[in-house]
Amino acid sequence: MSIRLDHITLAYGSRTLLEEVSASFGQGQLTALIGRNGTGKSTLLRALAGLGTIAAGSIELCGRPLAALTPQERATTVGFVTTDRVRIANLACEDVVALGRAPYTNWIGHMQEADRAVVERSLRLVGMSDFARKTMDRMSDGECQRVMIARVLAQDTPVILLDEPTAFLDLPNRYTLATLLRRLAREERKCILFSTHDLDIALSLCDSVALIDTPSLHHLPADAMAGSGLIERLFAGENASFDPETRTIRLR
Amino acid sequence: MTRTALLFTLLTLLTAALFVADLAVGSVAVPLGDVWAALTGGACDPAVSDIILKIRLLKAVTALFAGAALAASGLQMQTLFRNPLAGPYVLGVSSGAGLGVALFLLGAPLLGVAGHSFVQSLSIAGAAWLGAALVLGIVMAVSRRIKDIMVILILGMMLGSGIGSVVEILQYLSSEAALKSFVIWTMGSLGDVTGSQLALLLPVVTAGLVLAVAVIKPLNLLLLGENYARTMGLNIQRTRTLIFLSTVLLAGTVTAFCGPVGFIGLAVPHLARMLFASADHRILMPGSMLAGASLLLVCDLVAKLLALPINTITALMGIPVVVYVVVRNRNIF
Repeated sequence: MSIRLDHITLAYGSRTLLEEVSASFGQGQLTALIGRNGTGKSTLLRALAGLGTIAAGSIELCGRPLAALTPQERATTVGFVTTDRVRIANLACEDVVALGRAPYTNWIGHMQEADRAVVERSLRLVGMSDFARKTMDRMSDGECQRVMIARVLAQDTPVILLDEPTAFLDLPNRYTLATLLRRLAREERKCILFSTHDLDIALSLCDSVALIDTPSLHHLPADAMAGSGLIERLFAGENASFDPETRTIRLR
Repeated sequence: MTRTALLFTLLTLLTAALFVADLAVGSVAVPLGDVWAALTGGACDPAVSDIILKIRLLKAVTALFAGAALAASGLQMQTLFRNPLAGPYVLGVSSGAGLGVALFLLGAPLLGVAGHSFVQSLSIAGAAWLGAALVLGIVMAVSRRIKDIMVILILGMMLGSGIGSVVEILQYLSSEAALKSFVIWTMGSLGDVTGSQLALLLPVVTAGLVLAVAVIKPLNLLLLGENYARTMGLNIQRTRTLIFLSTVLLAGTVTAFCGPVGFIGLAVPHLARMLFASADHRILMPGSMLAGASLLLVCDLVAKLLALPINTITALMGIPVVVYVVVRNRNIF
């Protein structure tokens, strides 16, 4: 298994977000992480990326405990696309993607021929080869997001995490991006976990869905999740609800 | 030859030319032939040779290193704080170093401390390092919690003003002689650097520059922000420590011996970004060092020709760059 959560407890400050949660995510699998605001999607992703800590339990990445990995080993195991907006004038897309090679380059970041080939391939995989020499301050949100995905691909990690990659995108771009992630999971055999509020994308384009229902996390194949009755629980107390037949949201 | 290589060649030649010009220009103009003769030990008037080797060479070498040092520290701060307006002067680091110097220059006579000139230079530098480290430590600690760049800038300005008041109190209490040497120091001067001070300035600034080169890759990763940098294997704590050390050594030492030279650290990295059209620190770091060295040499030439204190010139040259950056508001991060 690429990611294994073993009875983990996750907290944000003094608030417990997840308690004794176990789940696993395999190679070649695209998983959407859904849940309401403040339920710990980002906190969980940060913990998996090694940016945050868990209160109890253990996380294994590709069979090794995350806590035992050196920063260098972690950087070659798990890559992360954060919500931080990156817009650097004077830095071309290919240079941003090249930064993803940092775990493999020498003290000053010298790019070997092989590193350059990886960068070129990463840009091609996300369909941004034509933008290699362009700078990100003149690009759309969707284009920037794809460059950041190319960067994480260049990092060449078996596990890729993304925090709300579709948040700033328009509707067509959201589907394009999710389709891209699905293709990368299948063809590049990556284990991809991303948080999102797009229920339709989670249910129709992902292999499995992980739903945070505080303090539990339910991980089911997408179809099983739609019929599980768990999604309805997200709407408890609101004047809208989820219809499992049509997989759409309806006002009560 | 690529554009970058060409620019580096031109910048190096420019720096060398300005260095020689700085030796030739002064209260007595020395022909280039005599400058060359004095430097290489050829036939030349001993009085002229003395002016070149004992006075102007010290000054020009100081300008070369001080310019590179201020620019390198400014570049590191701008990237670390992700703030285009960061620099040793703006963030109060120079003021902190100034407080150290004030405590020494104004305080030592009160205590009756005096010593060998190298010991004295070391004490001034030590006091400046402590002052710079104190202010930079506070600014870095706050910046970990508050990400708003305006808050950090305002904090730096407030620290600078607060320190200014403390320094004024010290001035008020000081004797006329101590006050005079301090006021001259505040105007900034490359010419008052003595041989024994240079013997300290050169190795310390060199060490600071070596550290600055060592953090080139971490600085590039920090362009994407701390989170991204950490997921790419960067040891953020060690990087912060190295940048802290480098900045304190660079800005502290230069401030100790040349006075509060403003705007070089803030403006030069922007000039380098525009010139090289790059955000890559493998280009920006050496580019900024060279540009900083040549800009301070230019400022020194102008200051000598007009007989003005150097920090008035650096401010007049640096402020337009700052205004340009603010008005254009480009995303450097």
